Amino acid sequence: MPSTSDVLAEFIAGSLLKDPGRAIAPDEPLITGGLVDSFSLVDLALFVEKTFGVRLHDSELRADVFDSLSQLAALVEQRRSAAA
Amino acid sequence: MSTLGENLARTAAEAPDRVAIRLLEGEAASTITYAELVRGAGAYGQALARARVRRGDVVVIILEHGRDLLESFLGAILIGAVPSIMPFLTEKLSPERYQASLESLIQITQPAALVTNAAFEARARAAAEGRVRSILLDSQARGPLSEPLPSGPSAAPDDLCLLQHSSGTTGLQKGVALSHRAVLRQCRDYSRAIHLGDEDVIVSWLPLYHDMGLIAGFLLPLLSRVPLVLMSPFEWVRAPVRLLRAVSEYRGTLAWLPNFAYNFCAQKISQAELQGLDLSSWRAVINCSEPMRWRSHQLFLERFGPYGLRPEALATCYAMAENVFAVTQGGIGQPVVVDEIDLAALTSSGEARPARAGAGFRMLSAGRPIADTQVRILDSQHHPLPDRQLGEIALRSGCMLTGYYHRPDLTQEAFHDGWYLTGDLGYTVAGELYVTGRRKELIIVGGKNVYPQDIEELAGEVEGVHPGRVVAFGVFNEDLGTEEIAVVAESDSAMPVERRRIGDGIRTSVARGSDVVVRHVRVVEPRWLIKTSSGKLARQANRDKFLDEMAGPRKEASADTAAERESAREQS
Repeated sequence: MPSTSDVLAEFIAGSLLKDPGRAIAPDEPLITGGLVDSFSLVDLALFVEKTFGVRLHDSELRADVFDSLSQLAALVEQRRSAAA
Repeated sequence: MSTLGENLARTAAEAPDRVAIRLLEGEAASTITYAELVRGAGAYGQALARARVRRGDVVVIILEHGRDLLESFLGAILIGAVPSIMPFLTEKLSPERYQASLESLIQITQPAALVTNAAFEARARAAAEGRVRSILLDSQARGPLSEPLPSGPSAAPDDLCLLQHSSGTTGLQKGVALSHRAVLRQCRDYSRAIHLGDEDVIVSWLPLYHDMGLIAGFLLPLLSRVPLVLMSPFEWVRAPVRLLRAVSEYRGTLAWLPNFAYNFCAQKISQAELQGLDLSSWRAVINCSEPMRWRSHQLFLERFGPYGLRPEALATCYAMAENVFAVTQGGIGQPVVVDEIDLAALTSSGEARPARAGAGFRMLSAGRPIADTQVRILDSQHHPLPDRQLGEIALRSGCMLTGYYHRPDLTQEAFHDGWYLTGDLGYTVAGELYVTGRRKELIIVGGKNVYPQDIEELAGEVEGVHPGRVVAFGVFNEDLGTEEIAVVAESDSAMPVERRRIGDGIRTSVARGSDVVVRHVRVVEPRWLIKTSSGKLARQANRDKFLDEMAGPRKEASADTAAERESAREQS
C-alpha cells in the first residue's frame, strides 16, 4: 500500500503541477517554493478530505502550518489517528 | 461635495451610527460605523500630520488586509495626502525581492511616509534608507484622537486623491494618479449605471491594491452610504464558499468578480458547504478585470442556480484604473448581450462577423459606456472604425487619470487627440462594447496584471538560461477561466536532468519574485526562439510556436482535467 506521502506526492505532481513524472522531495518547500500556489491549496484540501477522510481547515492552508510533503503527510497522519 | 474627506466627514456627522463596513476575519465579524471609521481614520491622519506629512505628500501603505489598512488609507486622504497601497508581502514572495520592489516604488513616488506594522518595520527602514521622512507603525496611530478633527477642506477637488499601481517592476513605474473630482464623479456615474440604492449590500473579497477592490469593493460603497461586507482575499482563496456565505447571511445584492472566480467558485466548493445557502438576494454579480467568458457564467449559474442565484444577476463591466474604474456596464436591468461571432474571421480579417446560432464563439458584451464616458474603436492610424471592425479601444471621460505619477512621458504617450488609448482590442455593435484582447502582451492571471518582461527577467536569472533568451506569455485555460503563465527558455544543455533543474529554477525564481507562479515551463535548445528582424524576441510568434507544438498533448491534458473535475464533483 502506498504511503500517505506517496499518495500526496502523486497528486501534487500529477494534478497540481500537471507533471506526473516530477519527483517531490520530502523537504522541498511547496508553498514558499511556488509549487503549490494559493489557487491550488483548496484543491489540496479537497483531495485530502476525499482521499483520507480528514479535514484541513482553511486557516491551516498556509506555509507556517505545512510547507513540505513530510509536514503535510505528518499532519494528515496525525488527523487520521486522532479520528480513529 | 468636492473631496472624499468632505464626503466622509458629512456622512459621519449626518449618520454616525450607520454601519459602513462589516469586516469578516476568520470566524469573527465586526461592524464599523461611519463615526468609528472616521475617528479611526482621523487618528491616522493626526499621526501622519505629527510625522510631518503634508497636503499633497504621497503615503505608501504596507499593511495586511484589515481595519488598519482601511483607516490608514482614509486617514491620509483626510489630511489631503495621497495614499498608495502596496500589496503586503506574501508567504511565497522573497523578502529581498519585495524590498527591491518597494525601493523602486519609493524612488518613483518619493513618499513622505510609509505606514506599516512592527513585523515589516525593519524591511521598510532598509528600503527607505533615509529617503522617506517618516515610518509610521499601525500601533502609533491607534487610540483616541489627540484633538478634534479639522473641519475645513484639506484638499481641493483637482488635487490628487490617491495612486494606484499594478505590481511588478513594470507596473510600479506606472502609478495612476487620480483626483478627488475624478473619483467622486466615477462613483456618482457608476452608481447610476448599476442602479445603486438604499437596499443594496456590497460583498467583496477583493484586494484593495487593485482598482476593482479599491473602488467597487471599498470607496464606492463608502461614499454612497451602501453597507460593505468585506473579507480578505487570502481567506477567500482558501475557502471560496466564504463569499457565498456572506451573500446569504447579509443578504448581499452586489459583488464584483474577475472571470476566473466564476470557475473557481463553481469547481471548488463542495456540496456539503453549500447546504442551506440562499443566494436569491444577489441582483448583480459583475464580471470584470480579465477576459469574460460565456462559459464561466454558465458554470456559475448551473452550480448556484439551485441555491437561488438568478440568471439575470449575471452582469459584466469593462474597467481600468486610468478611468478610476468602470468604463462600461452590462447586464443591469436587462440581460448581458451575447454576440455569436466567427472567431477565425475575427483573427484573419479583423471583422466580427455574426455566426450561425450555435456555430460561433459567444462573446459577452461588456455593456454600454457609463454616463460622461465615451468609447471609440480606432484603427492603427487612430481613425474611428465602424461597428464590427476590430481596433484599439479609446476613451474619453470626466473621470480620467490626472497622469502617471512623476511620469509625464508615459502620460503623454497614452493620449491621442484627447482620447486615452487603452491598448485593449475590441469592437462595438449598436452601442455595446466587446473586448477581445488585452493590452499589448499583458498577461492577466486570476485578475492580476502581470508584465511578461518582469517574468522574463526573473527566469533569466536562473543559472544555465541563456541571457536574454527567454520569453514569457499567457495561455488561456478554459477550464480555469483565466490565463496561465508559460515560459520558454533556451539552454545549451540537452541533458534531461539539467533541463529539469533549470525548469525548477525558473518556477522558484518567478514564485519568489512575483505575485504569480509559472504553470508551463519549457527548456529548449538554442535558436528555438523566434526573433524579430530587429533582434527582439517576438512573444506572440513564440507563443504560437509553443501552442502548435503543445497542441496534441495539451488537448488530451485539458480533457483529462475536465473529466477529473466531473468525477470529483460527483463524489463530493
